Amino acid sequence: MRIINLDRISGGSLPPEVQEAMVEAVRAEWGNPSSQHRLGDRGAEALEKARKQVACLINARQEKEVVFTSGGTESINHAIKGVALSKGEKGRHIVTSNIEHNAVLRTLRRLRMMDFQVTSVPVDDTGLVNPDDVGKAIREDTILVTIMHANNEIGTLQPIEEIGHITRRKNVLFHCDAVASTGVVPVDVQKMPVDLLSFAANQFYGPSGVGGLYIRQGTALWPLLDGGVQENNKRAGTENLIGIVGMGTAAELAVRDMSQRTAHALRLKHRLREGLKARISHILFNGHPERSVPNLVSVSIQFIEGEGIVLMLDEEGIAVSTRSACAAGALQASHVLLSIGRDFADAQGTLVVSFGTDNTEEDIDRFLTVLEGSVQTLRDMSPLYRKAMAAS
Amino acid sequence: MYSSTVMDHFRNPRNVGEMKDPDGIGEVGNPLCGDMMTIFIKVGDDDRIHDIKFLTFGCGAAIAVSSMITEMAKGKTLEEANQITNKSVAEALEGLPRNKLHCSNLGADALHLAIENYQRKKEGKPPLEGREGESHMHEHGESCYCPYCDANMRSSAGICENCGRNVPASPFPVV
Repeated sequence: MRIINLDRISGGSLPPEVQEAMVEAVRAEWGNPSSQHRLGDRGAEALEKARKQVACLINARQEKEVVFTSGGTESINHAIKGVALSKGEKGRHIVTSNIEHNAVLRTLRRLRMMDFQVTSVPVDDTGLVNPDDVGKAIREDTILVTIMHANNEIGTLQPIEEIGHITRRKNVLFHCDAVASTGVVPVDVQKMPVDLLSFAANQFYGPSGVGGLYIRQGTALWPLLDGGVQENNKRAGTENLIGIVGMGTAAELAVRDMSQRTAHALRLKHRLREGLKARISHILFNGHPERSVPNLVSVSIQFIEGEGIVLMLDEEGIAVSTRSACAAGALQASHVLLSIGRDFADAQGTLVVSFGTDNTEEDIDRFLTVLEGSVQTLRDMSPLYRKAMAAS
Repeated sequence: MYSSTVMDHFRNPRNVGEMKDPDGIGEVGNPLCGDMMTIFIKVGDDDRIHDIKFLTFGCGAAIAVSSMITEMAKGKTLEEANQITNKSVAEALEGLPRNKLHCSNLGADALHLAIENYQRKKEGKPPLEGREGESHMHEHGESCYCPYCDANMRSSAGICENCGRNVPASPFPVV
């Protein structure tokens, strides 16, 4: 049974070119890129080719500003802990936003246990940070600002350029979690005044478990992994060549195909939004209507809980994601949804539908049909729906 | 993730619905994980549960628990029904994933509350206010964190010192 993957940002199939590049890497006789002999040279060549491809994706001025990691989480940990630990004596204050990914928030929680202080700026009801709030939050002892580019739950794109101008003026390092945006929308580090930028391959049709951290020339921070001298002494450990090669090819495709992919995604997004509005009552869209990634729709379906919907759709061969607490296993409502003003109940019924090159308009239509039935079934057994209908 | 019994009760839940003139109602909710369950019972002169219905807002496990526990309670005496525990429901469902065990707590709480409220009604006492489920954060041994900005909080509700937001104790409307 072909599964309709509408949870594309979590994972999915790799494009044929990426598969081919990785298969070649699997079969090749490449040595360790750090070795001093010909076998090693082959490995190093493949590594540096991928570095060039990735540097091109984010328009880094120098290829060595791209450091390969095991993914977005490692990059984020590296950036935040690396700055905190290296600057800890100058200051111990960090500024962030209320809707950052858990990789940022938990890292900051860890640092708070080590007596770092964090100020978290709020977002408006579309998920936007006000750059002035960031400016006001910066103090004498602030050493880092970390604000994400695209939010992975609601898709909202932050005004990174404006925020960057403020951090430049105030001479504070700026890390941007661009995991949900790199390879999806243009991310140009010559235009974005960021010092550190995290990204992950599986967000742009590359393999999971590999990503990178952009470190602007001249930015000093401690490494996360100590050991050998790989990655220009910035990230120890023998490289995941197969994954990195896959990421490199994916990056090249992302540059080449971004406009087409965006146009395709926007068509599906529009169809999905219009279909939801027409066919399901009592729904709330989350995020900013325009300043958003093209490949994601977050919708809160009132009076029902998300995991129930996911299971029903799964039975019909459709994969989607929910932000309900039960499904997340964390047993807490999504902090992102609460921060944009959703109440707990509405946050529980939130679906995140993400799509890509594999999806068609028929997929969207099928999803809407199955969703309609599932929502009605769940509402028929919901005490909240009963109460709401009785009240109206 | 779920056993075939759980999936069966999720796909075909038994005893869904409201009841006209129930003899007892038990409504419980857990605000943080999001589940909410209401159980309605009709009790005969023989002190047996003649009819039982449920409404649930919750995940697959919550729906399956509601379905299973109402099946288990139907036809039983009140005393027998009060013996039904979250453990026996979870067992009847062939087990629940560890992070879903709290859903079975809600089922047992709702049933026992419905029975208690029936008895109070008979005695002419007012019904008990709906009870919240236990706070999960303490159950799992973690300390409390503000759901908005993730800072440490001294208690599970109140003003967060870090971001100033008010973390409500019970954001769900409870009966």
